[in-house]
Amino acid sequence: MAEFPEELRFAKTHEWARLESDGSVTIGISDYAQEALGDVVYVELPETNTSLKAEGEAGVIESVKAASDYYSPISGTVIETNSELEDNPEIVNDAPYDTGWLFRLKPGNSAELNSLMNTGEYRQLCEEDDH
Amino acid sequence: MGSTTPLYKQHLEAGAKIVDFGGWDMPLHYGSQIGEHMKVRQDVGMFDVSHMTLVDIKGIGSRAMLVKLLANDVRKLTGNGRALYSAMLNEDGCILDDLIVYGNGDDYLMVVNCGTREKDLNWISKQAEPFDCSVCERTEFAIIAVQGPNSIPVVEDVVGDDVRATMENLKVFQGQYCGRWFLARTGYTGEKGVEIVLPADDAVKLWGDLSEKGVQPIGLGARDTLRLEAGMNLYGSDMDESVTPLSSNMETTVVMNDHEFIGKAALQEQLQSGIDERLVGLIMTSRGVLRAHYPVYCDGQKVGETTSGAFSPTLQHSIALARVSETQGELTVAIRGKQLVVQEVTLPFVRNGRQVYKTQ
Repeated sequence: MAEFPEELRFAKTHEWARLESDGSVTIGISDYAQEALGDVVYVELPETNTSLKAEGEAGVIESVKAASDYYSPISGTVIETNSELEDNPEIVNDAPYDTGWLFRLKPGNSAELNSLMNTGEYRQLCEEDDH
Repeated sequence: MGSTTPLYKQHLEAGAKIVDFGGWDMPLHYGSQIGEHMKVRQDVGMFDVSHMTLVDIKGIGSRAMLVKLLANDVRKLTGNGRALYSAMLNEDGCILDDLIVYGNGDDYLMVVNCGTREKDLNWISKQAEPFDCSVCERTEFAIIAVQGPNSIPVVEDVVGDDVRATMENLKVFQGQYCGRWFLARTGYTGEKGVEIVLPADDAVKLWGDLSEKGVQPIGLGARDTLRLEAGMNLYGSDMDESVTPLSSNMETTVVMNDHEFIGKAALQEQLQSGIDERLVGLIMTSRGVLRAHYPVYCDGQKVGETTSGAFSPTLQHSIALARVSETQGELTVAIRGKQLVVQEVTLPFVRNGRQVYKTQ
């Protein structure tokens, strides 16, 4: 059963975003997404200091099944990427909302978070996807 | 819902992700394909391969029939259960299927692929008509494969005395009956192991007994990466009816000398005019995963395609099989618009849990 933590916002492309206390936003892929991908073997992360657009391509996750593009749910500048994933990509499968985070953004406009789905809406999307 | 094996309930209980495989609902994995792969390489795992097709070929005409039917020569089998891996060809020398046949006196047991079941049964029955033999599919059995460096002692530990005694006498690549069970020291992983054909009820009990001893179930996802590391072909991916064994890395399984078989004339023609393409091993050490149907280039010219590809958990980089016309030059594969360098290597990629390939 996939997990859907309450404090996160979700994009319809299955990324999550979390507003941190310092105003930055952490982004990763959802539990539903990692389950669908299967074992992750490589993660291509965006470069720090790049500008990303909302719904723009951010990187690629290569799993045993396929290579999948992932997108930034909001616009902003990349301030940090998860270097753990270089040697341990499987963390994305094991802890997608926690140590499996992908990158952190300085948001262009944190109001964009409000146009993302809340947990309930995202859970519903996933349930519909399953049918 | 597709066909299910006698162990379907056990797969669900173990948390399997079920997928369709040739019309069967089979376990793709039980949580982590990579974890399952490494478990087999380092320890032991069990596979439900009951979806495969079992065919009994019996009678005094069996041997002559199989000599004609198969590209490999069953006369190599001395009748005490030795197994033979062979391609089965059509008149054009192209591969209808690959299979294993065990010889026991006048009787043979053949294991063919699940996806080719109907085609194979129709073809074999037709070819068998002029011979004094019967061709009978066995449908009331399950097949459990236990594979890995620790597989043999673990199985011997849970089975009855008679089965244990049979196993102790089994040589590698040999199969023997023990009552209603058939045991063979064969496998599709490149590890030590045993494949057990047994009645459905016995299979449920054996699966449970092995489970209690801590043997993990392994899904089809890991089965595919294990066989690829071991350099073994998968029918439907690495070969099909458009290619001959000579361009499928199966030359050593074809016996041309003093052996008349279906497809021989076509192979002789191919040998005469020259073999255009070979099935080779490729590795990619840069980040990325080779998959099937990626174009392969040699010095910038397209020379073929990958037929199978995966991330190798044992080697921690990607490996692939590719059918190509040329490898002398810089080899690259096109992946999502980029040309990535690959190298041709010898097969298998892995043996006894470690890299054995050499770059060519």
